[in-house]
Amino acid sequence: MTYTAATSSSLADAATDVSVMIGRGLRRSQRDPEAFVTALMLPVVLMLLFVYVFGGAFAAEGGGRYAQYVVPGLIVLCAGQGAGTTAVAIATDMSSGIVDRFRSMPIASSSVLAGQIVASLARNLLATALVIGVGLAVGWRPVASPAQWIAAIGMIVLFILAMSWLAAAAGLLVRSPEAATSATLAFMFVPYLSTAFVPAGTMTRALRPIAANQPFTPVIETMRGLWMGHTSTGASTVHEAILAVIYCAVITVLSAAGASYLFRHRTAA
Amino acid sequence: MTYTVEALGIRKAFGGKQVLDGVDLAVATSSVFALLGPNGAGKTTLIRILATLTKPDAGVATVAGHDLRTDPRGVRRSISLTGQYAAVDEVLTGRENLVMMGRLLHLPRRAARLRADELLADFGLADAADTRVKTYSGGMRRRLDLAVSMVVRPPLLFLDEPTTGLDPRSRQQLWGVVKGLADEGVTVLLTTQYLEEADRLASTVAVLHQGRIVAQGTPAELKSRADGASLDDVFFALTEPDAQADADFAFKGAVR
Repeated sequence: MTYTAATSSSLADAATDVSVMIGRGLRRSQRDPEAFVTALMLPVVLMLLFVYVFGGAFAAEGGGRYAQYVVPGLIVLCAGQGAGTTAVAIATDMSSGIVDRFRSMPIASSSVLAGQIVASLARNLLATALVIGVGLAVGWRPVASPAQWIAAIGMIVLFILAMSWLAAAAGLLVRSPEAATSATLAFMFVPYLSTAFVPAGTMTRALRPIAANQPFTPVIETMRGLWMGHTSTGASTVHEAILAVIYCAVITVLSAAGASYLFRHRTAA
Repeated sequence: MTYTVEALGIRKAFGGKQVLDGVDLAVATSSVFALLGPNGAGKTTLIRILATLTKPDAGVATVAGHDLRTDPRGVRRSISLTGQYAAVDEVLTGRENLVMMGRLLHLPRRAARLRADELLADFGLADAADTRVKTYSGGMRRRLDLAVSMVVRPPLLFLDEPTTGLDPRSRQQLWGVVKGLADEGVTVLLTTQYLEEADRLASTVAVLHQGRIVAQGTPAELKSRADGASLDDVFFALTEPDAQADADFAFKGAVR
């Protein structure tokens, strides 16, 4: 039997490329037990830690239980961790010979990144589902309508996409998996300087404007507003949502453009 | 004689260092062409340029009839690259790697699976088909790497230092595989720093030194021009800095 490469490059071929790469990305993340377990343990451990250990000391607004406050913050924190995993996965890929092979093949080179991004999205949505599940188990009681739930999930997807592309660009920029690990530590710490865990008003004067205006805050407040009916900043949910969507869109577009450029022009060492 | 690779005046500098300084190359169709040179001679850079992974600063080349500059996609359809480090996915199994490549080359799912089975058998990997590549030995990895390159038989196969780091036994095995491919009519452009490898596999050997082809011919021709000495003597004479003048004298006839 002889086989020849198809010579046409249709949209269907590109779709095949992307779906093969998504399959590869999902398989790879499934087989990285360390990152996988971390990704799933983190939400559970953090939720228990924040609600039962720290939560008592934080005077949550309205005297409610801390779980009512912290769920959106934990979702964002876990997405930060997930972004770190994505950056490392991409840096690892770039330092291996397989990407050179892909790049020397007649396939859409963007499909390699697309596969990683979709795998990242899947991993992070799983972590998000865990945060929500554990949250409900420890007493989180959102008051959102089904439409508001859908909007909140849409916000999460947009945010994870933005973080994944940012992570992809970071992973391509630093090249080595070790450097990617340290470069993405920032993803883990930036949420603490937002309204994720305490309202901006409770921070020292110098930190307040940072916490109130950094991109993570509107994302968190949009979820909080949709689920709980009110934000912690005093701004309306719609106001926070518009800001959040703009932030996510800008980060996605810039990072995706940067990542695609780097992917095409970076030559693996 | 038809040529699968024709390159003229390829130049490339990295950060002020001239890695390739006007390389001319003609690889005859269905031949095995060895690019021989010490570390840092520019072998990998030249392969990367011909495989569309790096842009040359100057020079023109056609690969399997496709212009490198105006039709990189055509070039990519005609080549398969086996890099210095096995270009396979370590997290996947051997079979998964082969099926993935088949799908990416747009074989139908079933054909991709059948082809994977054939190749696993042909390259002696059937027993390890469903274990992850991470657990493979160096020789098995290289064999899988070659198998992946053969999912759809390309007109031109690049092998960048195919046996570097392999034990003698695996090296012998891999040589057998490359010979087999050459017998089937695949054009092979390989780089190596091992003289024995060039001698065993190649019908034409070109010596790359300091960014230039300093000698070219059949292994026998190169040896005869060094008064019957081994290819080692030829190589050392050509690449030893102090011996350059002697080499120029000795190889006047061999330099293109």
